[in-house]
Amino acid sequence: MAKQLHVQVVAVEERIWSGEAEMLVARTTEGEIGVLPGHSPLLGLLKEPSQVRVKLGGGEQLTYDVTGGFLSIDANGVTVLAESATPATPDAH
Amino acid sequence: MAGQVQALRRRIKTVRSTKKIAKAQELVATSRIAKAQERVNASKPYSEAITQVLTALASNASVDNPLLQPRERVRRAGVLVITSDRGLAGAYNANALRTAEQLIARLKADGKETVLYVVGRKGAGYYKFRNRPVEASWTGFSERPTFADAKRIGDSLLEAFVAGADDTDEHYGPDGIQGVDELHIVSTQFKSLMTQSAEAHFLAPMEVEETEREPGLRAAYEFEPEAEELLDALLPKYLNTRIYAALLDSAASESASRRRAMKSASDNADDLLKRYTREMNSARQAAITQEISEIVGGVEALSTSGSDV
Repeated sequence: MAKQLHVQVVAVEERIWSGEAEMLVARTTEGEIGVLPGHSPLLGLLKEPSQVRVKLGGGEQLTYDVTGGFLSIDANGVTVLAESATPATPDAH
Repeated sequence: MAGQVQALRRRIKTVRSTKKIAKAQELVATSRIAKAQERVNASKPYSEAITQVLTALASNASVDNPLLQPRERVRRAGVLVITSDRGLAGAYNANALRTAEQLIARLKADGKETVLYVVGRKGAGYYKFRNRPVEASWTGFSERPTFADAKRIGDSLLEAFVAGADDTDEHYGPDGIQGVDELHIVSTQFKSLMTQSAEAHFLAPMEVEETEREPGLRAAYEFEPEAEELLDALLPKYLNTRIYAALLDSAASESASRRRAMKSASDNADDLLKRYTREMNSARQAAITQEISEIVGGVEALSTSGSDV
């Protein structure tokens, strides 16, 4: 089995989601970034407003609308920190 | 005699209804404490993560952000005081306001002018009554603060702080706004259900604590965008997080303080009820005894007068 990426989505008021995923896609102020397991440590500011997509195994995907967010990648996984994060409605796209 | 019994009965009724109010407040406060503590815990992952991130950033970026640099000359210091909206919370507000007064006196002694920012109706009322100017006040959320509230407060504090950067002794600087050079916060720390203490803390400029870690463990972060830009974006967020944490802690303290005050109020009411009931009973008994002796005396008087009706 492929290595899994530990993902946490944390808003100021509460932890929104945490778990294992295959990939995380977010958009920083510099451009879109896809994070796979074993990514080198990075701190990034997310574009305002932006969406964070967490790809779970088996084609499933979680999408969050994030405001005031940034992400931190370290050896333990990815943490998305946001002032607010709400699950996006699937037909938003 | 009968009048005394009446008066006592009325008093018992009053105490009983006061007790009901105190009891209800106590129960409400008890459930609020649990909720407030839950929210304190829920906010922990974020504050821990942002602290960690900032530590990583600060040791990588050059520290020239205005939020991190102590000003050479501090003319005005902003003080944010967190109080409650409602009373009946024991010494909660008195303690917070006293701590604020001490801080203000200390700042004055250092030759700094103070600017007040107040959260909570009680604090706003306190300063209004004393005709002390309050720069800004926020009310209506002391028991259940949200991050949006904290952000509102943080944004205006930050604005004042940034505006203070170019102030000189005579002028308000090119921006024409009189800002502040320091920010302090007075909030109540929730230590336990029985202990809460009002404390004053430094809010800005912040200090970077260089923690010594094993060199091998420090991750070489990449930054997107540049570290300095990131720092500019993250520090205000961190400030808001600190304010939010203080608001949550104060809300928990407020409820704990109210619970304790209301508990002793309803215990007191119980004691009073017991005493008044006893007094009333003995007053009633005295009245009955007196009536009987009056009747007996009357009968005796009749029989000795030897009247045969």
